[in-house]
Amino acid sequence: MTSTFLPDKRTGPGVGSPPPAPDRSTGRARRRALHWLTAAGFQLPALVLFMGLVLLPMLFALYAAFFRWGGFGMPSDYIGGENFTRLLQDGVFLGDLWRCLVLVVLSLALQLPFALAMAVLLNQRMRGRAVYRMLFFAPYVLSEAITGILFGMIFAPDDGFADQVLGKVGLEGLGGEWFADPSTVMATVFLVMTWKYFGFHMMLYLAGLQAVPRELTEAALIDGASAWQRFRNVTLPLLAPTLRISVFLAVIGSIQLFDLVWVTTAGGPDHHSETMAVTMFQYGFKRYQVGYASAISVVMFGISLVFALAYQRFVLRRDLEGATTTMRGDGK
Amino acid sequence: MAVPLLYAALSGFKSTDELSRNPVGLPESWVASNYTQILGSGDFWRLIGNSTLIAIGTTVLIVAVSALSAFSFARFAFRGREALFTLFTMGLMFPFAVAALPLFLLLRSLDLLDNPLGVILPQAAFGLPMTIIILRGFFRQIPGELEEAATLDGCSSFGFFWRVLLPMARPALGTVSVLAVVTSWNNFFLPLLVFTDAQWWTLPIGVQQFQGQYSADYAKVFAYLVLAMVPALAFYSVAERQLVGGLTAGATKG
Repeated sequence: MTSTFLPDKRTGPGVGSPPPAPDRSTGRARRRALHWLTAAGFQLPALVLFMGLVLLPMLFALYAAFFRWGGFGMPSDYIGGENFTRLLQDGVFLGDLWRCLVLVVLSLALQLPFALAMAVLLNQRMRGRAVYRMLFFAPYVLSEAITGILFGMIFAPDDGFADQVLGKVGLEGLGGEWFADPSTVMATVFLVMTWKYFGFHMMLYLAGLQAVPRELTEAALIDGASAWQRFRNVTLPLLAPTLRISVFLAVIGSIQLFDLVWVTTAGGPDHHSETMAVTMFQYGFKRYQVGYASAISVVMFGISLVFALAYQRFVLRRDLEGATTTMRGDGK
Repeated sequence: MAVPLLYAALSGFKSTDELSRNPVGLPESWVASNYTQILGSGDFWRLIGNSTLIAIGTTVLIVAVSALSAFSFARFAFRGREALFTLFTMGLMFPFAVAALPLFLLLRSLDLLDNPLGVILPQAAFGLPMTIIILRGFFRQIPGELEEAATLDGCSSFGFFWRVLLPMARPALGTVSVLAVVTSWNNFFLPLLVFTDAQWWTLPIGVQQFQGQYSADYAKVFAYLVLAMVPALAFYSVAERQLVGGLTAGATKG
């Protein structure tokens, strides 16, 4: 992205007008104050909304996590870190962490490479390319709830499409309880996740591939590089920023997974597909242990934050420069 | 990829009876009654209406508020700007689930439960970071000379924003609007918390309830699912370019 942004001193009101002759310093100070007020005025609605409905609830969750609290009135029964020590002994929550890790690893090891392969394939000139793109991306625009219910029915035991098709072709043995069997439920959830999200990652990669100059791969071709060498040594490095973003989104998505699990299994059977968000929901809205549920929220946030900061610090720094650290040293 | 969707669409034309005998093939006789029954019920249309109302409300609010903020980020140098912008970009990684509980309590104390504003306002708040980032990037590309010219012609900064910048930014505004509509349309968690009264249910909630109610009548549920997907898919086919553009821009700049 090429961006032209203004030199600081010439932005805002009063641009281009000559400085007022008498008493320069107070005039400038007043103008600066006016400038600041105008800028702040534009920020006000966004700030109010963001502070009130995003930051404030987050901070309140952090506060409530230190209380035994049922969610009515203000929290008053302060118990220190007890909710957090309880989490460390809660088998369901420890399971949530494990399942989250499994989803992250599966996403990175299977879903994203698959999306990359499809993107490389669809980046070639081929017939019906636009149709495939639309088709693969379509699941992404469907709501997770609707997707979940659809697959809940497809993977229903015995009567579901999956089992019936396997039965028809003589592979009954492969069919089963899918969502209802503790040993297959996570694989099934992952399958649905992949169906829903791989098109999104594929689209990201396609956008990234568009930015790879054709001359580079052509030059490599002339130099006698094989298709794999061209991909490995030319395309992949140039795609790296896109890959890093996609990995980031996949990990954060896995940490926060809720809708899909809620409508398919609600965490069952016997907590075998429960995620942190589902456990939080169960405690907070079903069992009225709001303090404990807040502690789960806080841990979830902590994990997201630590991951995000570490990722930003060690992996993303170069990519994010345009977004977070531009125009350093101004604002004086 | 398309198999599950095709399967659902075909199944909707079967009777549940036939579905268990003949899961894969075309329907023996095309039964449209599953679809027509749903289309003929006021409930279904009310869900669509609610989802539409909430999506439009959210989008208008997000775009208006973000445009003002992004304008200020892109065209003003002011103390604390970088810190503030970092705060918003950090908002990208705030999981909604974390805020869900206190947000619910806050909405309850503000008496916004079973009120569309109870969904619109938080959705807008959580949508701000992404929208501000995309719009800021776009606003910064508009040359500064334009602003100088407008100012010399006696335009105030709001006048420049309103009369010059916004009309020029129409493509970007379209992109963020499409993103906001899709996100709002698909939201499940928040309406689930806010609406206990069936009168306000949105489409994803309605589908879940319907499936619970008719869980034995597979064909009917399939027909319902298919009809529930139609608006999103139709919108996608119209706004594909904007949506994909927005997602890739948002993702690579986030």
